[in-house]
Amino acid sequence: MTLTLTQTPLHAWHTARGAKMAGFGGWSMPIQYGSIVEEHLATRTSVGLFDISHMGRLIFRGAAAGSFLDGLLSRSISNLPEGRVRYALLTNHRGGTVDDVLVTHLRDAKGPFFLMVVNAGNLQKVLAWLENYQKEFAVGQADLEWQDQTHQQSMFAVQGPRAEEVVTSVCARNPSEMGYYTARFTAMDTHDGVLSRTGYTGEDGWELIVPVAAAEALWKKLFTCCKQIGGTSVGLAARDTLRLEAAMPLYGHELSEEISPLQAGLEFAVHLKDHQFVGRDALVRLAGERNFPRRVGLITQGRRVPREGYPIRVAGRVVGNVSSGTHSPTLGQPIAMGFVAQELASVGTEVLIDMRGREEAAQVVELPFYKRPGS
Amino acid sequence: MKPEELRYAKTHEWVHVDENAEHAQNGQSLATVGISAFAVEALTDLVFLELPEIGKQVTPGGSLGEVESVKAVSDIYSPVAGEVIEVNQELPDALQWLGEDPYGRGWIAKIRLAGAADLEHLMSHAAYNKMCAEEES
Repeated sequence: MTLTLTQTPLHAWHTARGAKMAGFGGWSMPIQYGSIVEEHLATRTSVGLFDISHMGRLIFRGAAAGSFLDGLLSRSISNLPEGRVRYALLTNHRGGTVDDVLVTHLRDAKGPFFLMVVNAGNLQKVLAWLENYQKEFAVGQADLEWQDQTHQQSMFAVQGPRAEEVVTSVCARNPSEMGYYTARFTAMDTHDGVLSRTGYTGEDGWELIVPVAAAEALWKKLFTCCKQIGGTSVGLAARDTLRLEAAMPLYGHELSEEISPLQAGLEFAVHLKDHQFVGRDALVRLAGERNFPRRVGLITQGRRVPREGYPIRVAGRVVGNVSSGTHSPTLGQPIAMGFVAQELASVGTEVLIDMRGREEAAQVVELPFYKRPGS
Repeated sequence: MKPEELRYAKTHEWVHVDENAEHAQNGQSLATVGISAFAVEALTDLVFLELPEIGKQVTPGGSLGEVESVKAVSDIYSPVAGEVIEVNQELPDALQWLGEDPYGRGWIAKIRLAGAADLEHLMSHAAYNKMCAEEES
């Protein structure tokens, strides 16, 4: 079976710059343009520009859109004021995670709508989930419709202490006025699109969604501006090292159909009180029992990198496993996240990580590994 | 070492055989092994190298340690059969040598060959380059 990968509108630009491309979530994505560490550090010290067009983007309209989504998400979004963004999880009946998403309440010429951004690899699964529940909740098409706009748009992230200068160069209205987790439907260079003050790096930054027709010209403008101030384009490899330092979960690693948001330490995004949603019963049970593995941060003193799947042992017994790991460019040492038995999850606990047959000492540390100055 | 004079494994290790080396005993030759510039460039962002143990007996394809980049761990495979008699002790603390001089200062291990040097299954520089070009496309 041959799988063809979808290309983002910037595919030719990435390959022309010599980016190493690889498949991710069904898309051909730039993994790195040169050195991962350089792209990472540029984002932390100046600004990084990311093509994240592969993310799924769904628009929900209709009188029942808010309540429909409330019934599927771990937190309500029907009460989101216009221009606000909320992080929430689609959960399954076992309390596990279908996907982690950002939901934004906005308005355009057609009226109010909810934008949901989902992980690329979960788009088809989420669409099937929505279809199933529209039927199960018996919501009529007159009151609820959604559109998959993924292929009509491109999406970029501009992240870093100097992100503001870059975003300002393409926005008529001053983006620094925007609070964190707010969004606007606004003019960006030649076209209107969605601008949000959100990101996945632990830095200040914005994410931009524009129609495909606007993508290449906008990207080039943003890139030129980035380059002028010591920034650069950044691939998925550095996107991963950045989010790991900021202890942000990645679906498939810290979240999955079997891993609940409670396990992942995302209690802030789970509202069990006065809110009915798919998976609530299982989460109430879990929250009561409290006996489930917890996500922890781990550091080692060596240079070997703890990687996904490596077992974690205490006194000869396997007590958990690594979910994500890398060499941290900012800290200059290996960092990892993993899950361990609840009683071993406190900061300072000493464990052993089995790295391809070699056991190395590690310590549970507080998350995140990195917090941007002033936050 | 001049890359044109070396032999290469499919797995990107290079080997140089010195039949007159002072370490050679009883007519046994001494091989020096490292990884190619192509491999180092493909790895990017090296963070760790584990050298093989001195005294280790290896066969072609056997483990000669590991090199780790931000992204992944890669095994290093011996292109030849023999005993590891020397390793580049300073290299793990000077990983930049792999990028700067992979055929010289970035050597990884010296192996006393078990028998006659059997390099037939290894590629010439030209053949190795061809393979790399094909891998990239």
